[in-house]
Amino acid sequence: MARLAQLALSEDELDAFTSQLAAVLDHAADLEALNVDDIEPSTHPFPLKNVLRVDEPDEGFEIEEVLEGAPEVEEHQFRVPPILGDS
Amino acid sequence: MEATEIAEKVSSGEISARTVVEQHIEIINEIESDVNAFNLVTAEKALIDADEIDSKIASGETLGPLAGVPISIKDNLCTRGIETTCSSKILEGWKPPYDATVIEKLKEAGAVIIGKTNLDEFAMGSSTENSAFGPTRNPHNLECVPGGSSGGSAAAVAAGFSPLALGSDTGGSIRQPAALCGVVGVKPTYGRVSRYGLVAFASSLDQVGPFANTVSDAALTLEVISGHDPRDSTSIPEKPLDISGFLDQGVEGMRIGVIEELSGKGLGGISQDVISRVEDAIKVLSNAGADVEPASVPASIYGLSAYYVIAPAEASSNLARYDGIRFGPRTEAATTAETMTATRTKGFGDEVKRRIMLGTYALSAGYYDAYYGKSQRVRTLIMNDFAKAYEKFDLLISPTAPTTAFPLGDKTADPMQMYLQDVCTIPSNLAGHPAMSVPFGFGADGMPVGIQILAPAMAEREMFQAAKILESESGNGIE
Repeated sequence: MARLAQLALSEDELDAFTSQLAAVLDHAADLEALNVDDIEPSTHPFPLKNVLRVDEPDEGFEIEEVLEGAPEVEEHQFRVPPILGDS
Repeated sequence: MEATEIAEKVSSGEISARTVVEQHIEIINEIESDVNAFNLVTAEKALIDADEIDSKIASGETLGPLAGVPISIKDNLCTRGIETTCSSKILEGWKPPYDATVIEKLKEAGAVIIGKTNLDEFAMGSSTENSAFGPTRNPHNLECVPGGSSGGSAAAVAAGFSPLALGSDTGGSIRQPAALCGVVGVKPTYGRVSRYGLVAFASSLDQVGPFANTVSDAALTLEVISGHDPRDSTSIPEKPLDISGFLDQGVEGMRIGVIEELSGKGLGGISQDVISRVEDAIKVLSNAGADVEPASVPASIYGLSAYYVIAPAEASSNLARYDGIRFGPRTEAATTAETMTATRTKGFGDEVKRRIMLGTYALSAGYYDAYYGKSQRVRTLIMNDFAKAYEKFDLLISPTAPTTAFPLGDKTADPMQMYLQDVCTIPSNLAGHPAMSVPFGFGADGMPVGIQILAPAMAEREMFQAAKILESESGNGIE
C-alpha cells in the first residue's frame, strides 16, 4: 500500500501503521452485516449532471505566477530529475 | 465587541477600522504564545487594509456588512500572496496565486484578514495536534485540545483574537472544535458555499463555514460567503442566504427530534455532562413552543465506518498532487519517481500517511466493492433515514461532540479513539445537510458543551432560529 501511495516507510513505521489501519478496518467491519445490495451507491450529496460553463475564453493565470510556487523551473517549465534510465 | 457592532461603528465613523484591528493585535500579542492559534499573523497587512477602509469611509463610500471586522482564516483556504500551508511541511512556503472565492467575498464585505489559523494537517484530525506548527491549545484550559481540525479558528474566536473565523468541515471539523471551545460553528448545506480555493481533502464532504461568538454574527458571515460560484461545479445555483432578518422568529410550532442513536441513549461513550446539557436544551426548546420528541435515524450509527472509508479514499486521490514537482518544497532524488516518493515521505505527517494508505487500500482492485462500494451504499442508507426523519420533524438535535475538551496527548496514540470524536457530526456531511454547534453551558470540568442542530438541505434559516433560542438560554454570554 505504501508503495502504491508513493510513500517510503521504515519497518517500524510499517508495523505501527499496519496495526492502526487494521483497527480502523475492524471498525468498518460493522458494515458487513448490513444488506445494502438493493441500495444505489451515492458518490455525492446531491444528484449532479455535468456542470459546464459557457464556452467563452476566460482570463487564466500568468505563467510566471503559477511557476513561482514550483521548486525548480527552467524556461517557463517545471524542471524534474530524469524520468527514464540513470541520471 | 460583536462583529455586527464593529461593522456598524466602523461604517458610521464612530470608531476607526485601524483602532479595531490594533485592539485585536494587542490581544494576540498578549496570549497567542500560549494558545498557538495562528500559523501566521498578518498584522502589517491587516493594518494597511484597515487604513484603506478608513479612507473609503472618510471619502463617503458605503462599505459592506463586515466593514473593519477582523477575521481569522483556516490555513487551508487560499489567500493570494499569503502563505497557505494546510499545517503541512509539504506546502511550506507556498503562496497561492489566487484568493479562494470566500476570501474574495469577505474582502468585498469589508472584513480584514488578521491571520491564518492552525489545523490538523490537511484537516485530518479532531484535536489540532497533527500539525507541523505544533498543537493549538484550548483558551478555556491550556492543558486541553481545542478540537479539530479547525482548532486554530475556534481558539482564535474563543480567545478574542478576532470575532469571526472561517473553517472547513469534512466530518465535523467546524462543529466539534466550536463545541470544545464554546463558540458557534456552522457547516452549511453542501454546495451553499463555494469550495473554490479550499484545499481539497474529501471533495464530496468538504464545506466551508463560519465561527463566531454569537449566532447573529455567524448568520451574517454565512450570508456574506454563501451563494453560487461558477468556479465550483458543485456549487448550488442559489442566491446568497438571507437569515439575519429571521433570527428572532423562534421555534413556536416547530417539530424538533432528538436523534436517539446519537444522544447517549443509543450510543456509548457520550459523557454524562453532555447528556444532561442535551436534556436541558430539550427543555429550553419545549418552553419556547417547539414540539420536541425522540427521533430515529437508524443508519446514522454506521456513519463513522462509512466515513473512514469514503473520506480517506477521496483524500488518497486528492493528495496525489503533492509530488514535489509543481508546488511546495522538493526532496531531491535520482529520478522523478524517487523524488516524488522522497518528497511525500518527508512532507506528510503520520495521520496524513495513514489516511492516504487507508484510502489507497479501500480503492484497490479486489477491495473496492467490499469497502468503497459498500460505504457508498451505506451513504445512501443514511440519506434515506434522514429523509424519513424529516417527514416528521423540521429539525433534529444531538450532542455535537461526545465529551468536553480532552487533555493534549490523550488520544494521539490510538487513531480510532480520536475518530470517535466525530461520531455525531459525520452523518450530516455524508447526507450533505446543514448542521451547527451552539455553545450551551459547561460540564463539571468547567469546559464548554455544544448542542448540535441538524436541518434538512437548504433549511439553514430554521436551524438558526433554533440556535438563537438555545443561545438566549445558554447562560454563556460573551466574555
